[in-house]
Amino acid sequence: MNPFSFTRPTTVPDALRAVVRPGGRFLAGGTNLIDLMKENVERPSALVDINRLGLDAIEDLPGGGLRLGALATNADTARDARVAKRYPLLASAILAGASPQLRNAATNGGNLNQRTRCYYFYDNTTACNKRNPGTGCGAIGGVNRIHAILGASASCIATHPSDMCVALAVLNATIRVTGPQGEREIPFGEYHRLPGDTPQRDNTLHPGELVTAIDLPAEDFSAHHTYLKLRDRLSYAFALVSVAVALRMEGDRIAEARIALGGVAHKPWRVPDAEQALAGQPASAESFARAADLLLRGAQGQGHNDFKIGLAHRAIRRALRQAAAGTPQSQTDKRVA
Amino acid sequence: MNVMQNVGIGSAINRVDGLQKVTGQARYAAEHPVPGLVYGVIVSGAVPKGRILALDEAEARAVPGVIEILTHKNRPHIAWFDHSHKDMVAPPGSPFKALYDDRIHFSGQPIALVLAESFEVARHAASLVRASYEVEPHNTDFHKAQAERFMPSKKRDSFQPPKNRGDAGAAYEAAPVKVSADFHLATEHHNPMEMHASTVIWEGDGGITVFDKTQGPQNVRDYLAGVFNMSAKNIRVMNPYVGGAFGSGLRPQYQVYLAVMAARMLRRSVRVVMTRQQMFTHGHRPEALQSVQLGAERDGRLTAIRNSATTSTSRYENNMENVVNWGMMNYACENAAGEYAIAPVDTATSSDMRAPGAATGMTFFEMAVDEMAHAAGIDPLEFRIRNYSEIDQMNGTPFTSKALREAYAEGAAAFGWSRRSQAPRSMKEGRELVGWGVATGMWDAMFSKTSASARLTANGHLEVASAASDIGTGTYTVMAQAAADTLGLPVEQITVRLGDSTLPTAPVEGGSWMAASVGAAVQLACRSVAEKLLKAAEKMENSPLGSASLDEVRFAGGRISLRDDPARGVAIAEIMRAAGMDAIEVQETASGGISGMISQMRKSRNTHSAIFAEVRVDEELGVIRVTRIVNAVAAGRIINPKTARSQILGGVVMGIGMAMHEESMADHRYGRFMNHNYAEYHVPVNADIGDIQVIFVDEPDPEVTPLGVKGVGEIGIVGTAAAVANAIFHATGKRVRSLPITIDKVFDANPLP
Amino acid sequence: MPEAVPPAPAAILAAMPITLTINGRERRLSVEPWVTLLDLLREREDLTGTKKGCDHGQCGACTVLVDGRRINSCLKLAVSLDGASITTIEGLADGSRLDPLQQAFMDHDAFQCGYCTPGQICSAKGLLNENQAPTRQEVQELMSGNLCRCGAYTNIVDAIMEVLEARGEARAASAEAAR
Repeated sequence: MNPFSFTRPTTVPDALRAVVRPGGRFLAGGTNLIDLMKENVERPSALVDINRLGLDAIEDLPGGGLRLGALATNADTARDARVAKRYPLLASAILAGASPQLRNAATNGGNLNQRTRCYYFYDNTTACNKRNPGTGCGAIGGVNRIHAILGASASCIATHPSDMCVALAVLNATIRVTGPQGEREIPFGEYHRLPGDTPQRDNTLHPGELVTAIDLPAEDFSAHHTYLKLRDRLSYAFALVSVAVALRMEGDRIAEARIALGGVAHKPWRVPDAEQALAGQPASAESFARAADLLLRGAQGQGHNDFKIGLAHRAIRRALRQAAAGTPQSQTDKRVA
Repeated sequence: MNVMQNVGIGSAINRVDGLQKVTGQARYAAEHPVPGLVYGVIVSGAVPKGRILALDEAEARAVPGVIEILTHKNRPHIAWFDHSHKDMVAPPGSPFKALYDDRIHFSGQPIALVLAESFEVARHAASLVRASYEVEPHNTDFHKAQAERFMPSKKRDSFQPPKNRGDAGAAYEAAPVKVSADFHLATEHHNPMEMHASTVIWEGDGGITVFDKTQGPQNVRDYLAGVFNMSAKNIRVMNPYVGGAFGSGLRPQYQVYLAVMAARMLRRSVRVVMTRQQMFTHGHRPEALQSVQLGAERDGRLTAIRNSATTSTSRYENNMENVVNWGMMNYACENAAGEYAIAPVDTATSSDMRAPGAATGMTFFEMAVDEMAHAAGIDPLEFRIRNYSEIDQMNGTPFTSKALREAYAEGAAAFGWSRRSQAPRSMKEGRELVGWGVATGMWDAMFSKTSASARLTANGHLEVASAASDIGTGTYTVMAQAAADTLGLPVEQITVRLGDSTLPTAPVEGGSWMAASVGAAVQLACRSVAEKLLKAAEKMENSPLGSASLDEVRFAGGRISLRDDPARGVAIAEIMRAAGMDAIEVQETASGGISGMISQMRKSRNTHSAIFAEVRVDEELGVIRVTRIVNAVAAGRIINPKTARSQILGGVVMGIGMAMHEESMADHRYGRFMNHNYAEYHVPVNADIGDIQVIFVDEPDPEVTPLGVKGVGEIGIVGTAAAVANAIFHATGKRVRSLPITIDKVFDANPLP
Repeated sequence: MPEAVPPAPAAILAAMPITLTINGRERRLSVEPWVTLLDLLREREDLTGTKKGCDHGQCGACTVLVDGRRINSCLKLAVSLDGASITTIEGLADGSRLDPLQQAFMDHDAFQCGYCTPGQICSAKGLLNENQAPTRQEVQELMSGNLCRCGAYTNIVDAIMEVLEARGEARAASAEAAR
């Protein structure tokens, strides 16, 4: 960990001013940033502690939506009665991730901005375009069991590790940010990005911008949803493949479907065609398989992770079945529903 | 003498060091406060093989608070000869000597030690040390290394070559039922919760006190004396608490070497703690390939065993294990052939990890036995019973005891094995396939010469001591119980000292021999105290016990009384007062003795176990849950059923990890383990562990060791992975012969219908 | 990420004043920003009961309670906790009276080497503070952030369930199945 200056502003404008210096970074829960600083992967010269900006509230929005403060912890968000009732998919995805201790510290904004778990990103002795642009991608041709099968590039095959974000993608959340150029809103699907030839950029935040809140629209998927996470042990492990599903059912037919995949790409993976293909269809093995085909169109293995394609296909179909049946996956009972 | 059932041998008392551990008062190697401490942070190398061309330390040295940077260029003198670097349990070869020269032998090798006034400064400066290398061709791919498979001329002392019998090749060819299977085990790292650490206290007079994470303080002391050409008298190594080790602390690790080197150079106290990442840069369970061929008659009688294995070692040392012998010992079969060799890769030397050799070899053999039972159409438990052997088949010797038959029976009853439906894929509950598997475990019951002292003071307090270690195994408690048993004292009046190289000689903690060995030593010492008390009592005026011998009296509640006439007795304090003794102090050594050595040649000494596993498999998704394990263990006399049970639980959990989770994955281009952390090297977590039932079957064995104790540290893991793998086959009909059995190997990857 | 511009060396030594209440005692400390709560406790406050098992939030050995909530102390900068109340394993017992969890861990032999134990107990304490009235299965999930390489998991859950039951807070598995 390199030396850095530390400030603890109490207002957003002060925080924005403080972070402007080169190498300035916001510090929220610290569960990812401090970890990466100890690995010398992140080397900020100035930390701006944003925990006292008062951005930790969870508030009702006019019209029935919910605003999640960027500094509200993952644990407080998952346990919030309104989240549990109106957005149980989000609560479930949060509880599928990390550990109780980490969820108590990690914040919603930090969760959006957490960085990949790629072994090569974490290991300074190896090539990584995300860590050190231009050095190459060690994972291509290397140990890539946990890597991307969708949307990867010749520069980077890392995945986004969040569970929460997979649910937020399905829920059509909006990210509210503020920065030197003022406030703006970013639709969730446009927040994270694919690696392309600039994998060092995980998202579309501009320099110096701060996430202030995540807005959830007033849509009710509480009857038909699920978060299904498959991993190498039954808890406290990152997803190999995860699926978030929210359905609006009309009788036996699917009126609207939203599906996002985690653990398979540089961002939560949604495919409008796959969701369209389900609209108006019966909840059947055939329609589920067709959606899975479309979601995984163009999927490409890297060797060790080839299995993810077949595994994801099965996980998508199972998750659709869970959601349609109204039997969401428990994050405690490890039997897959 | 009387056995105090409430605290002595056989009673399930709470761990005597428990209070220290639950209150945070137990201090481990990095936790001993020292004024003026220097912090050392190790810089790890980036390449697997070659030479360091240059080290740029300028930027690191410029950081305020940096005291010194130790490298191969400025290190103080150390012994030249390999011999001086060998520890008690080193395998043959040339031991790794950190910072010795510019040679790189494995990725992550320490190349510098940054010393600073604070941990944070040292950590930062360590990141600024830059090295350039000349990289040489290397290989970390164990499959490729098979081309260099060899049997070293100088073998490890513990290696026992397999002894063949009959004509296994011909018998195999002739067998009506045959099974041939090739198995692979991934490299595993011990990963004890406490990272390897040393605090070296510079005593000012040239002497050092070293708090080290080790399984053998005297091993570390002697090693340091050899490396640094110091008198062993000037080195005191302490390890009163050890945060797990599982074999990683058998050999001195490089952080103690570096910390002592730095302390001698700076003449200051130094602490060095490895990072979790660095825990992947030393010993590990060797990667293994094993081929088992079995032949049987149609009735399931085994006629041929061919068992062949290769395990990994480094280029500079030849680590060996006993992998293929176990199956050859355990089953009645007239024809058996074993073959074993090692193959070098460019990593650190592999090392002993919980049940070395057996955890690998018995697991794969028991997976093959399951395949044979299936091929023969026989229940796998029945198959094992049909081929049961009362004697050690490989050595042709009887066992001092072998209650494996009882373990099978009691385990099966507890598990409900009789309700098993034999065909694979025939048991289902809800969406999940249910599988039941069985396997056999086997380990050595060893005894190692050990000394202990006992000091009884007139106030009735007893201190027993030995340079043994307690790495979570319960040694403190075992010693207290052996003492309580002999002198009839409550454990509150007994102080146990261990983990100190200045105490009476003890071997490294490992191999499951510690309880039997130090227990016997403590008992001998306490008996010697008892005899001295009796002699003194005889000389008392009224001679309250007459000339009674030890066997004619009982010790209880601080008194000695006649067994036949309990009313006649005398308080220990009174005896000592009458004799004018402030304290009785003795030291005794327990060794097998000549009769033990002869018996050792004539009889085999082993623990056995029968493991039953239930798994539930969501086949479509490959999600496996290990819902139940019953492990029935025949391990002679159990000193403490509570702590012994914990040992078995721990072995079972690590066995589940071996079956399903643990794998150190190397990138062969970099020659480096890539998942070098606790997030990506998976050990089981709480949610992975279902119900575990431990049964200790009755196995009186006065012959095996002085106390009849066989030891339980390793047996819990042996065969557990096989029981799980066999259960997965029973559930799914799919044989996975490569451990760990991860999700990708199990889920139904067939094309869609 | 942009290359960091290293601050002047003096900034390295720029300790900041903070106040922490550690196990009920107010401590006014001067701490450099790069010191984690874990290293502060272990190396500067001689509270070595809190363990370092990975230093990266991957094992739970460093679990302490901050304002009653369990967190990994290895991933918190001490300066960011200014004003907080910290409870470590050393602060759980009331004088010589052990916390019920400590006694239950001993009675159930819920540890072997003892290294993960303070983190397990603090984590369990945090779990109790969360008022979740959990079932055995939920306790397993909610204790999965604490690795135990000695494999004492079943005993750990037994110990926690005993304390929960004594508090009347455990839920039976049947209640769980009904959900």
